Amino acid sequence: MAFAPSSTTSGMHLPDGARDLVKILVAGPFGVGKTTLIDSVSEIRPLHTEERLSEASAPVDDLDGIREKSTTTVAIDFGRVSLNGGIVLYLFGTPGQERFRSLWEDIAYGALGALVLVDSRRVDASFDVLGLVEESGLPYAVAFNAFPDAPSHYTEDQLRAALDLEPDTPMVTCDARDTNSSVDALLALVQHLIDRHPPETR
Amino acid sequence: MSRRPGGRPLVPAYLSTGGVARPSRPHLERLSVLTRSGEPAPSGLPAAELALLEALDGGSLTVVEAAAHLRLPVSAVRVLAGALLDRDLVLARAPIPPAERFDPDLLKRVADGLRALKHD
Ligand SMILES: Nc1nc2c(ncn2[C@@H]2O[C@H](COP(=O)(O)OP(=O)(O)OP(=O)(O)O)[C@@H](O)[C@H]2O)c(=O)[nH]1
Ligand SMILES: [Mg+2]
Repeated sequence: MAFAPSSTTSGMHLPDGARDLVKILVAGPFGVGKTTLIDSVSEIRPLHTEERLSEASAPVDDLDGIREKSTTTVAIDFGRVSLNGGIVLYLFGTPGQERFRSLWEDIAYGALGALVLVDSRRVDASFDVLGLVEESGLPYAVAFNAFPDAPSHYTEDQLRAALDLEPDTPMVTCDARDTNSSVDALLALVQHLIDRHPPETR
Repeated sequence: MSRRPGGRPLVPAYLSTGGVARPSRPHLERLSVLTRSGEPAPSGLPAAELALLEALDGGSLTVVEAAAHLRLPVSAVRVLAGALLDRDLVLARAPIPPAERFDPDLLKRVADGLRALKHD
């Protein structure tokens, strides 16, 4: 290769030595804490893309033509964190409404799994997203965000029953504003992925 | 789709699939890594393609990061990157080396890496 990148002073480009790029979806309904969790783990300020909900083909003659907005768009935010050994982990905040289905499939492609955030004040708001995750076949873990006014009288069994979770689906509580707590929630997911190995096929 | 009397579709199939004319080209994922090949940009390159090329000055970017920085939808960057790939101006590689895709060791390394992020 003739071109030698000098240095990545801006921090915009991939770190040198980035080798394995992996992704985890952080999924959940509006306002559940997706961006907060991504921000608390990410080494870059979370970025976002504007995605058309109906994927029409884009004109490519010039930037203005491409930016032209004809349909509804949704902002999909994501963060990036470099791990030891050349691994770069991307976290994609993924809204869970049914109307995001086609976008969902594109974002989920190649993902290791999903961390589904649930607000225990409104558990039913997460039904749609759980449906999408299960349909896509992505392995997942559930993290209850600890909001101060969350009802504390539910038992773990009641919450599991309300969400209709499989017995081996990890369920943790988490404060998305706290890095260690967010990392622990992600670890619960990754440990689940390790434990279910080896699946011969995925 | 509306058809001409002769029965041929008005819109060629490749346009209806988002304008990607060569389905044989490897699929560009959100996390596919784009790097400049080192070939100088030819004059007359469309402005949008040039903007993407210049975003790759100084280092590699994933498709989704290029989209975020250029404030374009991912679908548009896929098309632009495809055009630059056809012109051999950029190189694209998959997020994970194909041999490692289902390597259980990768998951353990992700877990170890996450644990190392935690602080007291
Ligand atoms: N107490 C508490 N507050 C939280 C937690 N997570 C998020 N919040 C707060 O909840 C609000 C919404 O969080 P966001 O991260 O913006 O939620 P989101 O899922 O990205 O929302 P949308 O992008 O609109 O779908 C913010 O004010 C956060 O500070 C948590 O774990 N505990
Ligand atoms: Mg958000």
